[in-house]
Amino acid sequence: MATTSKIPLKDGMDGFVSDWASDQRAFKGVPWGKAMMWIFLLSDTFIFSCFLIAYMTARWSTVEPWPNTSEVFSLTVNGVSVPLLLIAIMTFILITSSGTMAMAVRSGYQKKRKQAGALLFLTAVLGLSFVGMQAFEWSKLIAEGIRPWENPFGARQFGSVFFMVTGFHGIHVSFGVLFLFITARKVLRGDYDTGRRGFFTWQKGRYEIIETLGLYWHFVDLVWVFIFAFFYLW
Amino acid sequence: MAQEGQEHPISTYLWVWILLFVLSACSYYVDFAGFQGFTRWSLVILFMFLKAYFICAVFMHMVWERMALVLALFIPTFAIIVFVGIMGFESDYTQLGRKVFFDTGKPATVYAVPHSEVHKDSHEEKGDH
Repeated sequence: MATTSKIPLKDGMDGFVSDWASDQRAFKGVPWGKAMMWIFLLSDTFIFSCFLIAYMTARWSTVEPWPNTSEVFSLTVNGVSVPLLLIAIMTFILITSSGTMAMAVRSGYQKKRKQAGALLFLTAVLGLSFVGMQAFEWSKLIAEGIRPWENPFGARQFGSVFFMVTGFHGIHVSFGVLFLFITARKVLRGDYDTGRRGFFTWQKGRYEIIETLGLYWHFVDLVWVFIFAFFYLW
Repeated sequence: MAQEGQEHPISTYLWVWILLFVLSACSYYVDFAGFQGFTRWSLVILFMFLKAYFICAVFMHMVWERMALVLALFIPTFAIIVFVGIMGFESDYTQLGRKVFFDTGKPATVYAVPHSEVHKDSHEEKGDH
């Protein structure tokens, strides 16, 4: 797996030039799975960018007023209307799950099997609660009459953008949760210590897998940062 | 290259975690305090990019990666800025067209016109009833 080079690697921009001009592999010091995950995430960045740019185009070109998200997404607590309360809670939960994920990666490399498994499990549960709150938010808005083609608050494009962008992000979170549970089970069972082969690829797993999965999970958090800023706060 | 994994002290992660909490609270406060106009969107963008930077840099280990990977991922994202610019112009143009040709000053409520209504005039002109 590891290519042991006799020539020391250069750093910085010199390293960039020599790595890209070199034989065999451009991304040195990175497991191939991690490099592939990064390239997938770059393509996913473009997909989410297209959604957010479509949203920008719809919002800037409509002649009808855009609904006030601060009011649409408010929750009433003890008779007081708090703006964006649920969205704020969802944001904090996703950040917390990113923190536990980062620590799971660390525990994995230290071969602390139970700690890594527990942290992955906690990350998955936090992700699941995020999806649950999103389902609550969707049903609340659907009950208020928001549809992809119309809504009682203003510009009709609001509904289509909302369901498209948060739905696509929610699907990402859901698949992340699924793979977090699978990986947590594998880690706790000791698959990466015993070299037990996976049920699908029939390959032996390594603790690096946690970092690769972590990249995906942090990316989901990263996308939420942009959705939160552009869709909910703008 | 003894090891290909990334291992960093737990305190680093905890500090970034707290920082992300504070930055999220700040961006939420922008809405809570009801800032509008330039103050609002400049603060929203500032906190957004700070959060994105810390997630990428520390949680995703970008600051410890080699330049070959960092630039392969960072440079293509500039294409997005170009696309934003193009669609910004396009949406302004579309809005102008809508204002000139379609904006009646009233909310649009008619989604479909009955078939008989559409052909009423042409039937009358031809004189077939």
